Amino acid sequence: MKVRVLGLASVIALAFVVAGCSKQASQPAEQPTAAPAAPAATVNPATAGEITGTVKFVGTPPRMPIIRMGADPGCVKDSHGKLVHSEQVVVGKDGALANVVVFIKSGLGNYSYTTPTTAATLDQKGCMYQPHVVTMMVDQPLNVINSDSFTHNIHVMPKDNPQWNEAQTAGAAPIVKTFHHAEMAIPVRCNIHPWMQAYVCVFANPYFSTTGDDGTFTIKNVPPGTYTIEAWQEKYGTQDEQVTVGASQTQKVDFSFKAQ
Amino acid sequence: MREEQGSGLARTPRALHQFIVFTTACTFLLLVAGALVTSNDAGLSVPTWPFAPSGILPRMVGGVRFEYSHRMIAGFVGLLTMILAVWAWRREKRRWLRWLAMGAFLLVVVQAVLGGITVLFDLPSAISTAHAATAQIFFCTLVALVLFTGPWWQSDLPMLEEKARPTLRSVATATVVVIFLQLVLGAAYRHNAFGVLPHVFGAGVVTAMVAWSATIVLCRHREIAPLRQAAKLLLTLLIVQVCLGVTAYWAVLYQNQLAQPALLPVVITVAHVVNGALTLAAALWLSLVAFRLFGPLGEWELAPATVPQQGQAASLRTS
Repeated sequence: MKVRVLGLASVIALAFVVAGCSKQASQPAEQPTAAPAAPAATVNPATAGEITGTVKFVGTPPRMPIIRMGADPGCVKDSHGKLVHSEQVVVGKDGALANVVVFIKSGLGNYSYTTPTTAATLDQKGCMYQPHVVTMMVDQPLNVINSDSFTHNIHVMPKDNPQWNEAQTAGAAPIVKTFHHAEMAIPVRCNIHPWMQAYVCVFANPYFSTTGDDGTFTIKNVPPGTYTIEAWQEKYGTQDEQVTVGASQTQKVDFSFKAQ
Repeated sequence: MREEQGSGLARTPRALHQFIVFTTACTFLLLVAGALVTSNDAGLSVPTWPFAPSGILPRMVGGVRFEYSHRMIAGFVGLLTMILAVWAWRREKRRWLRWLAMGAFLLVVVQAVLGGITVLFDLPSAISTAHAATAQIFFCTLVALVLFTGPWWQSDLPMLEEKARPTLRSVATATVVVIFLQLVLGAAYRHNAFGVLPHVFGAGVVTAMVAWSATIVLCRHREIAPLRQAAKLLLTLLIVQVCLGVTAYWAVLYQNQLAQPALLPVVITVAHVVNGALTLAAALWLSLVAFRLFGPLGEWELAPATVPQQGQAASLRTS
């Protein structure tokens, strides 16, 4: 009898060991954030410029599927009967493409940046994530809020940062998380309401912007130099442009994504 | 392995046999519930285990409906399996079958632990695949118990001789193994361990093995009704499974364009999963029947075997 109990306990223990190894294997090894090299300087606001522009969609915009929230009557109620569409591609007036993340991909010198203490926010409202795309810096806090009257679960699936999955009841305190490594397009899902999707983009520098409904973006306080600018859209991928910003200059860069 | 030398055959109490059948049916429903969880992407909708953050019974909406229903059915099946194991231990005369019933209970405990690990560690692919594979093994164990405790298995059947090579027993056993591996590949694909191509390739191997098994039965042992019926059932399930597999592939492609799981793709993929389980069970049934008729499992039930005279096999034609 003792042998049998020991055997059963061993199986259970083995299962946890395997899962522990799997869990550890699925997590990237925690590496200390590399200490920055001795900065040449902080960015001089007197000579900093701007990169601004517009992102447009060329062609007939795809029809976004309607989201049916009937799986949860609370969602139907909290959305006030509005017809909700997927936010995978949001095209506004004159082809303005929203939710495109534009950022400096390369060309930056060795500057030091202050990590914002103001948290980025991801809200769950009307059974949709707001905003659809969150942009933030490494080690900046992310506040996840539940403005709905029922429970959501937030499942964040990064590759270079630890994965997490937590339930958040109505009225609960914000869930506060940080990401220690820069990473693009981290998917966020709610497994209770599977239509809920968002992305978190984490940067090592402050040179990023997300287009709004008018398709425009502005990247401020850019030191003079030549840069590769990238625009990322969740369905259509990325596009790159080269831009040279002079002292106190505003440079305009436009992007366009075509129907595939 | 004969329990009672010359004292007649051991008989499982009819009520126990019926309870095992009921448990097996409930386990099939559990397989359906589990497939619904994956197809609805609801695996992490209740991130705590064994109960929900809000308590024993959460608000059953959205993905929670599928995930928590699966847990509740699993708990019920666990209870049934425990009762089955205790009942068999007390009432079943065949020692090997008592241990098999205990093995079924051990499997359901392992399965529960794996289920908890998948939730608590955010669905690691290897563990999720192991959870799916263990479900198949558990279901097959119960199907075997149904066969072993049924009246046909325990009846006075003549021992038959299988001279042709390869034997049906070896081919049928290999078919079981191949189908199980195919189910593991399918589970690995569903849980994002790797792509679909190994599973597609495996479908070809499974089709060949099932066709081979069925051909042996229909060519060599057509007159043996239990084998003939098992082979026809296996063939039918395979044809259905291949059709479902092709449809499921397109269903997944269609599903990827949508904002949320849709009813038709979910139904198709769930049907493909559970029909796969039935196909494995049917292959196992055929294999076990072959071992019962041609040995050595029959020797565990009967008096020392004798080579049947011509006409003795006729007793099986009307089985």
